[in-house]
Amino acid sequence: MLSETLRQNAIVTAVEAFDADAIAAGKLERGELTLEIAAAKIASICGFLKYDQKFVRLSSVTAVDRYPLEPRFEVVYHLHSVEQKQRVRLKCRLESDEPAIESVTSVWRGANWYEREVFDLFGINFLNHPDLRRIMLPDDWEGHPLRKDYPVTGTRI
Amino acid sequence: MSDQAIPGISVTAVAEEPPKPGPHRMVLNMGPQHPSTHGVLRLLLELDGENVMKCQPDIGYLHTGIEKEFEQKNYQQAVTLTDRVDYLAPLSNNLGWCLAVEKLLALEMPPQAQWMRVMLTELTRIQSHLVWLGTHAIDIGAMSVFLYCFREREDILRIFEMFSGQRMMTSYFRIGGLALEPPRGWQQRVKKFIDGFPSKVDEYESLLTNNRIWTGRTKGVGFISLEDMLDLGVTGPMLRAAGLKIDARKDEPYTSYEKFDFEVPTRTENDVFARYQVRVEEMRQSARIVQQALEGMPAGPWKADAPHVVLPDREKMKTQMEALIYHFKIVTEGFRVPEGEVYQIIESPRGELGYYVVSDGTTHPYRVHMRTPSFGNLQCTPILIHGALIADVIASIGSEDFVLGDTDR
Repeated sequence: MLSETLRQNAIVTAVEAFDADAIAAGKLERGELTLEIAAAKIASICGFLKYDQKFVRLSSVTAVDRYPLEPRFEVVYHLHSVEQKQRVRLKCRLESDEPAIESVTSVWRGANWYEREVFDLFGINFLNHPDLRRIMLPDDWEGHPLRKDYPVTGTRI
Repeated sequence: MSDQAIPGISVTAVAEEPPKPGPHRMVLNMGPQHPSTHGVLRLLLELDGENVMKCQPDIGYLHTGIEKEFEQKNYQQAVTLTDRVDYLAPLSNNLGWCLAVEKLLALEMPPQAQWMRVMLTELTRIQSHLVWLGTHAIDIGAMSVFLYCFREREDILRIFEMFSGQRMMTSYFRIGGLALEPPRGWQQRVKKFIDGFPSKVDEYESLLTNNRIWTGRTKGVGFISLEDMLDLGVTGPMLRAAGLKIDARKDEPYTSYEKFDFEVPTRTENDVFARYQVRVEEMRQSARIVQQALEGMPAGPWKADAPHVVLPDREKMKTQMEALIYHFKIVTEGFRVPEGEVYQIIESPRGELGYYVVSDGTTHPYRVHMRTPSFGNLQCTPILIHGALIADVIASIGSEDFVLGDTDR
């Protein structure tokens, strides 16, 4: 399923050697490498990329809602290697029914607020997160505004 | 001291222990309307005497749902939203957004548009650093620097006004080039400013760099290790003040930055004073870039040759059928952007600014995420001020140079 050009990429080869089942798909478009990772393995792959492949920085964590498609959510991680001046995007797909994924705060403490933001605005749960609560909206807010089925205008009655 | 909760503080139950009062412990609520937080940031501090033992930042007071708003606008309209994110560096945000969408469209900019963008973003950097320097100095008690800084900032804002008609919410960079033709006589205005600017920086330095009160308040204050900063997502001048030579303009050049000659200033002391030195030196380097852009500004078009994206000239629109059709299409429905996703990084005055744009092939972006530098930088606050004196909290958070609009989006 991975194309030949991708297999020649050093990062892809390293990740495949580390865990052959982890990469579900991948693409290299507009000079940006995207790897689709099996959701259950995200923390271990992130740990590998950080400590073995020198991706010391987590640039951001965010999500995309593909409503009404299934699997509905994509959690997107942007990693940055300062030394090699490289970036890689990791992506995990989650079903709409109680979306949850392992937190990467154990790898980068900086993931804390980014994951809280995704939790707040998308309603995706991060397991083993040290402080998972809303960050942008008030604690008693209902709903998750960045979901596609959340209305843009209107008044709550 | 009693265990009684202090009125006005309600903390939701969380897994991580929030600051709480106890024996020899007091909880102080700083903000959200504190003058030195430059916006609505709330810090919950647990104090032992005058030392901060724990800190919990509380953000979100300025959250406006701007990422949701992006999905309602077409690509060109969304430029106006980017101004309002980091309101001290509107042109940097314009640039990040335009570059991301142009990457999706595979548009190549003509040289004049690129150089003009470089020149104006560097003026933005100077302007943003001037606001930072002025307000940071006022926080630490040096009143007069503020007045000097805002004098020069006003000059830059007048230049922006000359170009775009707006002082702050410029929206001057558009997808496919610039919004308007550069105004007549802009060279003289920019030249006049940039010739005089280096001596103005000397002036600020003469007020601060050897000032005993300033050095006393900033040297050795606000230390945080480089490893901690990288781990916590800190970017920009804070990393450079810790000795790491990281700058997207050099590492991942965009908009022809590789054609300009400038240094990336670094320091190794990693304290508030080093961050001050880095930013002051960055102003000098930005002035160098503006100087080079001014002298070598290429002639030619300032819009890309892409009739399906860029509005045609008025003259053409009135005389050519095709131009009129394009004009009608772009104005009524916008332009379609090929399916795909990009993550475009630029070096904003505060650090790494990233636009993650997902397109589904329609005229509106499917999803936009802004990786804003202030959000990442602010996250290090609890570690930055751990164990520090409460008076140093002001100096430390000032050295992060965050903008709350940029943090909360």
